[in-house]
Amino acid sequence: MAISDDYLEYPRRRHGMDHERYDWSVLPRRAKVTWPGGARIALWVVTALEWFPLDMKGQPFKPPGALITAYPDLRHYTLRDYGNRVGIFRVMQALDRHGIRASTAINAAVAARYPALVGECTARGWEILGHGLDMDHLQYEGLPVAEEKALIAKSLATLQEVSGQRVRGWLSPARSESRATPDLIAEAGLDYLCDWANDDMPYPFRAGGRTIHAMPHSPDLDDFAILVNNHHGEDEFRDQLVDQFDALYAEAATQGGRIMAISLHPWIIGQPYRIGALESALAHFAKRPGVWPATGAEILDAWLAQRTDQGAATA
Amino acid sequence: MKRDPGLYDYLPYTRRPKIEWPGGARVAFWVAPNIEFYELEPPKNPSRTAWPRPVPDVLGYSYRDYGNRTGFWRMLEAMDRCGVRGSVSLNVAVCDHHPEVIEACAKRDWEFYSHGTYNTRYVFNMREDQERSLIQDSIDTIRKHTGQKLDGWLAPALTYTDRTLELVAEMGLSYICDLFHDDQPGPVKTSKGRLASIPYSLEMNDVIAYNVNLVSPRHYGEILRRQFDRLYVEGAESGTVMCIPLHPYLVGWPYRIKAFADALRYITGHDKVWLATGREIARHFIEHYYDAFATAAQPVGEAP
Repeated sequence: MAISDDYLEYPRRRHGMDHERYDWSVLPRRAKVTWPGGARIALWVVTALEWFPLDMKGQPFKPPGALITAYPDLRHYTLRDYGNRVGIFRVMQALDRHGIRASTAINAAVAARYPALVGECTARGWEILGHGLDMDHLQYEGLPVAEEKALIAKSLATLQEVSGQRVRGWLSPARSESRATPDLIAEAGLDYLCDWANDDMPYPFRAGGRTIHAMPHSPDLDDFAILVNNHHGEDEFRDQLVDQFDALYAEAATQGGRIMAISLHPWIIGQPYRIGALESALAHFAKRPGVWPATGAEILDAWLAQRTDQGAATA
Repeated sequence: MKRDPGLYDYLPYTRRPKIEWPGGARVAFWVAPNIEFYELEPPKNPSRTAWPRPVPDVLGYSYRDYGNRTGFWRMLEAMDRCGVRGSVSLNVAVCDHHPEVIEACAKRDWEFYSHGTYNTRYVFNMREDQERSLIQDSIDTIRKHTGQKLDGWLAPALTYTDRTLELVAEMGLSYICDLFHDDQPGPVKTSKGRLASIPYSLEMNDVIAYNVNLVSPRHYGEILRRQFDRLYVEGAESGTVMCIPLHPYLVGWPYRIKAFADALRYITGHDKVWLATGREIARHFIEHYYDAFATAAQPVGEAP
C-alpha cells in the first residue's frame, strides 16, 4: 500500500491543460459571438434514438439507461424502445410547433432497424449525428483501435445510407471515449464531437492531425440526468430548463450569443405525463425575441464564420 | 488503527463560553469555493481510483474542467454583487495551470488556503516525509503566487493519514476544515501549535447537495436560507458559523447560479452577519476563545 515517490511528481504541471487536445480558455474573455438575425440564444435540441440489445453485456460499464434485470429484461428493453415508437413523435410535435429542428444522435442499429424513423427525422430537416452502433458497443480504452475504427466506419456508413446525409457530428454512446476516439472521429471526416462537457460554447479541438470542434452538448439539461438520475419531478425539469434559458439570455446581453443545449431521450421525456414539461419550457423560450433554433452543424458554422483566432488560446 | 480520532474533547453545544463576533455579529459567514484541478490521467493510487470510468474518463474530467473555464466566472460575479470575499480551497497546481483564475481571486482580496496539489492525488498511506512535502508544496506555491501565508487546510479529496492534522499544525497552519462535528469553531488537539477547526459544512456543500443528495437548484437555495435562518437565531445566544462550500463546476451552471445568487443576497441582506474569511474566523477564535473552549471541554471517556 506504499505510495511511490513519483506520486509527488507532476510532469504536466504547467500553464494550461494537462493534455494537448484543447487550449485553456476563459469563457467571458472570448470574443463575442453574434448569431444569425442578431439572436441572443442558439437553441440546440439533441435527441438520442437508442437501442439497448436484449442480450446486452454492459462492458466496460453499463451506459445510462442500460437494461437492469436478468435475461430477458423485457420490461426495460421495451420501455427504451417506447421512445423510438411513440415518445419521439410527441417530441417531434412539440418541436415542430416552434419550428425547432433537432440534431438527433442515432445508434446505427436504430437506423437499420427503423429506417422509417430516420425518414421522419430527415423529412423535418433534422441533423443526423453519429451515435455508435448501439448502446452495448461503447468506445473505451482497451477496445482495440482497429475495432473502434471499424465501429465508427460502420455506424457512419449505415447512417449515411439510410438518411442520405453526410454526418458531421458524433456523440459517443454514454459519452465514453478511448484515447483514440477524437483522432478516429477526425480521420472519419467529421467536423465536431459532442462528448466533452467543459464549455457552454464551441471550441477548437486537436484530433487526427487537424482541428475539429467540441460542441457543448449538455450533460445536465438532460431528461435522464434530471428525471431518472436525480428523481426530480416534471415541473422541476421545466424549471431547470427555464432557469438555464433565463440565465443564458441575460448573459448574452453583455457577453454575446450563447447556446441553450437540451438533451432528450424520447423514452423518458416522451411519456404522456412528461411531454407537457418540455412543451411548457419551449413556450417560455418562444416568448422572447432573439432565439435561433438551429442544428449543431448550423451553430458550429455560424460560430466558425466569425472566428479569426481558431485554435488559439484566448485566456 | 484508532477507534477515536482523538482530535477533540467533548463540549456540549449549550454549555460553552459565549462567542462574540466582531461588530456584535450573530453569524460568521464565509464562502469557500473549491478551485480544483482533476488530472485526465493521474497516477494510480492503491486506496482510491480517481475516475469511476476507465481512463480517459472524458465525461468526468470535462465536467470538472467546466468549473475553471466557465462556472467560476459566474460564481465570481454572483459573489461580487453581494460583496462576499471567497476563501479559496485551492488545489495549488491551479496556480500553474490557470493563473488567470488565481489572479481574479487575488485582485478581490480573497483568501487562499490549501486543498492539496491536485484533487486526483490522495494522501492515504503517504509516508511522513511525503506528506510533509505535500504540505510544503502548498505553503510555497501559495506564497509564491499570491504572497499569502498559508493558514488553512482542507485535505485533498478529503484524504488523510493519522498524522495529517498534527503535521498541518506543526508546519504553522492555524485552521482546518476537515471536521464536521460542530457549528462553532473548536480547538483541535495537536502536540504543537494552536489549531482550530472551522465549520465547513458538508450539508451546504454543493457537491453533496447536487451530486449526492440530488437536490434541485431551487431547493438548494431554500436549504441555504433555512440553514442561515436557524444559525442566525441561535447566533443571538452565542456566535455561530455558516459556511457555503462551493465547486464552480456545479454551482456555476446557468440553471443553478440564480438559486445561489438569490440565497447569497438573502443572507448578506441581514445585519449582524460578519462576512469573513476562514483565516479571519480562525484568528478571532484562537485569540479569544481557543483556551476557554479547551478548558471547558471534558475529556472523552473510554468506550467499553
